[in-house]
Order: sequence, then structure tokens, then C-alpha cells
Amino acid sequence: MSSTILPLDSCIPPATEDSAPVIVFEDVALAFDDNEVLRGVSFHLPRGETKAVFGVAGSGKSLILKLALGLIRPDSGRIVVLGQDVTQMKEEELFELRGKIGMVFQESALFDSMTVRENVAYRLTEEHGIYDENIDRRVREALRFVELEHTLDLDPSELSGGMRRRVAIARAIITQPELLLYDSPTGGLDPVTSNTIIELIMKQRDVYRTSALLVTHRLQDAFTMATHQFDKVTNRMVPLPPGSQCEVPLSFLILRDGKVIFDGDLEQLAHTQDEYIKEYIS
Amino acid sequence: MVLSKGFVIVAVLARCRFSPGNPRSRMELTSPTDLAKEKVQTVQDYVLFCLQAVANLFRKPLYLVDMVRQADAIGVGSLPIVVLTGFFTGAVLALQASNTLEHFGSVTLVGQLVSTSMVRELGPVLTSLMVAGRNSSGMASELGSMVVTEQIDAMRALGTDPMKKLVTPRVVATVFMLFFLAIISDLVGLVGGLAIAKLLLRLDARQYWFNAWETLVFQDVFMGLVKPVIFGFIIATVGCFYGMNARGGTQGVGRATTQAMVAASVLILAMDLFVTRFLMATLS
Repeated sequence: MSSTILPLDSCIPPATEDSAPVIVFEDVALAFDDNEVLRGVSFHLPRGETKAVFGVAGSGKSLILKLALGLIRPDSGRIVVLGQDVTQMKEEELFELRGKIGMVFQESALFDSMTVRENVAYRLTEEHGIYDENIDRRVREALRFVELEHTLDLDPSELSGGMRRRVAIARAIITQPELLLYDSPTGGLDPVTSNTIIELIMKQRDVYRTSALLVTHRLQDAFTMATHQFDKVTNRMVPLPPGSQCEVPLSFLILRDGKVIFDGDLEQLAHTQDEYIKEYIS
Repeated sequence: MVLSKGFVIVAVLARCRFSPGNPRSRMELTSPTDLAKEKVQTVQDYVLFCLQAVANLFRKPLYLVDMVRQADAIGVGSLPIVVLTGFFTGAVLALQASNTLEHFGSVTLVGQLVSTSMVRELGPVLTSLMVAGRNSSGMASELGSMVVTEQIDAMRALGTDPMKKLVTPRVVATVFMLFFLAIISDLVGLVGGLAIAKLLLRLDARQYWFNAWETLVFQDVFMGLVKPVIFGFIIATVGCFYGMNARGGTQGVGRATTQAMVAASVLILAMDLFVTRFLMATLS
């Protein structure tokens, strides 16, 4: 994070006074055949906040993101995203809503038949029909944000795992969405690259105030996000002064056996009496 | 009755899952009713899939650039195998026909036989089978890989309907290009027949062409042009259907690829019978 340029300022959406939660899950249940994955999951994500979702493998963390995006439908319950009930919407209506949401998939899910430039520009070229100068400028800005401007004409197969994740982040943020969904963005990456990714997520949280759901199984990532903030002047993350951690818009959600067993901030997590959570975070 | 019982047993056994390497593996049996329901469900899903692919033609955006790209990949890419298949089929048809016609002293009619057979039947069917082998499996593997690597989900997340972007252009391109590929195959087949007639049977080339042309009637040509349109639709929809429903990682993609090619080929041959019967009854 050596660059001091903070791009994408030109396309930041105007701040809204809307204080309604960005995501609301109400008693959501989902099963595959006899396997009940989610059993009455309820939580809400306030605007501007990042919520880190934890749970062991197979606990349904990634499913929560796909449910929020309307990619799959719950068996029961209600999901409201950006004020719209996605459980009642048709696929055609969901496409419009998804335009306000950015998603970073677990394995990046870059289109392997397209270059990095085409991948990042995908949403804009779909909207405008043609790749013009304006789109090119925004693609470069988004790639500069993740410090990969030099990879414009490379294919995804030519990138490392960490670079692919960063391109996926650039693709997700190019339209400055109101909500970002990260599915294990640091999974399988080395500590240095993971730190870079977390710094980018923090930058998006602190500079652009984007609401986000962060699914991860790496506790250290969430703790870094809870104990650091992004400094716009130096363009890097810096540790928070002692005692000010609670001011960071970050909360934690822990799943176990398809149910939410914890939903709160860092202080509440630190003082929990639940033995399972204590063991999980130790 | 015995046959139907045998079928049920075979069907149940075919669904048994047994892992020889695992001593604790168990035989899971699926009831014939469940199996039948599963098959009916697949047919229903396929029909809905086809309807959606067609309905997307009347909804924006149309993805014309993708259609042209697919037409190039499917049509131009398949040209060499279609030309080779057409030529050798026409040639061997002339050779076989001459052997029979010789008994009746009518070797000169070889042009008529090659022409009718190629235009009515072999041109469209063999071209379709070749294109099915190349493209139906190709579509299944391409789309299947996109499914298992979450690219399809990513596409939906980015606000694009994968049916519109990936399936409809492939269906349009295959139908459009197979129509012309079948015509090329017919023509090249006639040239293959001519090569045999001229070089081996020592027939007059002009007489061969005259017989081949004169024998064709509207019914033959119409039948030869309707079939590739139907077969093209089958090739693309079956390939895309299996691809979009691929599950289970790379193994699932491989399975989808094989199933797509087999299903498309069998459907083409089965549909050929019904279309031929229907057109013969209608046009006569």
C-alpha cells in the first residue's frame, strides 16, 4: 500500500440518511434433502457496518451470502436487502438489486475467457453496451485501488491466487456498490497477501463507508479489522489507540449447527461466557 | 411382463452405489418410482429450459456479438469435419449404390441415389451428429466448468442472466449455422459421389449432375432443410442443459460432457424418424 492515490472518489454515491439496516435475516431456514444447514437464522446489518461471519466448515456461512444475493432461496423465513424482500422477488427483479451489491467469491470466480480488463469492466460494459473511455478510466481506477493496474491485459490464469482475489475485489467495487459481500477473501492465501486483502477491505469500510458481510474462518483477519483503521493520509492501515476499538463499525456473527450463537461487537465477544465461543476464539 | 420386471431390476441395479475399496460401503437402492420421477423431472426441466431459451429471443438484451462469436466457433469451426464427413459419405454411397445398380444395368442412376439420400437424410443427420459430437459436448464442458467454478453465480451476481448471455446465443448460432452446414455437406457429398462416378465408374460428369439435380423435388429439399434446424436446436439445448446442471466438480463436468453428447446423438436419431414420418405424411 505505497500509493497515496485514493481513486474511485469520482463515483462515490451520495451519502444517504437512511438508517434502516442494509440486510435483515428473519428466521431463515434452508435444507438440502435431509441436511438442515440453516435453522432459524436471524440478524441484521446496520448501514456502514462490516459484519464478520464465523463458523466451522459447512456451517452455512457462504450460503448466507448467496441467500442475501438471491442466488438461492430459503425454505422459510424472510430476507430484506437494501429495503427489498429478496425472498419474494423474481429473478428479473433481482438483477436490478444485484447492481447495488458487490460480491467477492471464495475462489474469485473470474471469467477465464476474458482478460482482467474485461472482467473488471464486465458490469459497466453490460450496462452501457460498449467499452468506452469513461469505462476504461474507471477500470484503471479500480485496478489502481487494488494496485494491479499493470495486469490489465493479462488473463486470470496468468495471475497468482492473491492477485485473482484483488481483481475480484476490483470487479466488485467498480460501481461503488452500497453493500459488499466477501466470501472467504483470504482463504488459502499466505499471511502477507491476506494482510493486503484485509487492508483493501478495511479501506473500503473506512474510506467509502460501504456496508459489508465478511465470511471468513480466519479470526486474525477479523481481529485486525477490529483493532486497525485505514488512514486516508498515509494510505495504509494503522493500529487504533487503546480503548477505541469499539468505535470501529465492525461486529461479529458466529454460527453453530445452523443457528446464530453470537451476534455482537468485539467487547461483547471478549466477555462472552459461552464455552464454545471461548474455545473457538482462543 | 417379464421384460418390464427385468427393466425394473436393471434400473434399480443401475442406481446402486457401491465402492469396492471401502469395506463399509453400502448398497443404496433407489426405488423404480423415484427413478421414474427423477427422469420425468429431468424432461420437465429440459422443456422449461428450452422454452426459456426461446423466450429470451424476445427480451432485451439480445447479445448479438455473442451470437456472432458462437456462430464462428460452431459453424466455421465445424466446417472441416462436416466437409470431410460429407465427401466420404457421398463417395461411399456412390460406391455401394453402383454395386447394387450394376445388377439391373442402371449404374447411370447413381447420381439420383446419392442426391436423394444425401439431401433427404444423410446430409442433415450426419452433419448434425458430427456437430453434436464436437459442440454439444463442448458446450456442456464449457458451461459445466463455469458452474463448478462459480462463474455462473458470479454472472448472476453481476446482474446478467446466464440464460440470455450464454444459452440463447448458442442456440441461435447452432440453428443458424447447422442449416448452412447441412447444405454444404449435401453439396460436398454430391461431389464425393461424382468423384467415384467419374474416376471408378467412368460415368459422364454432366449426366451425373443432371440425374442428381433432376431427381430432387420440393419435398426432398424441404425435408433436408427443416431437419438441421430441429437438430441444431437439440444440439445446443441439450449441451447447454447438461452444462448448466453439472454438479460435483471436474468429475461432474466430465459426466455432463459425455451425457450431453450421447443424449444429443440419440435424440437426433429418434427425432429424425418422427420428423421424416411427419413430413412425408404432410408433404405428400
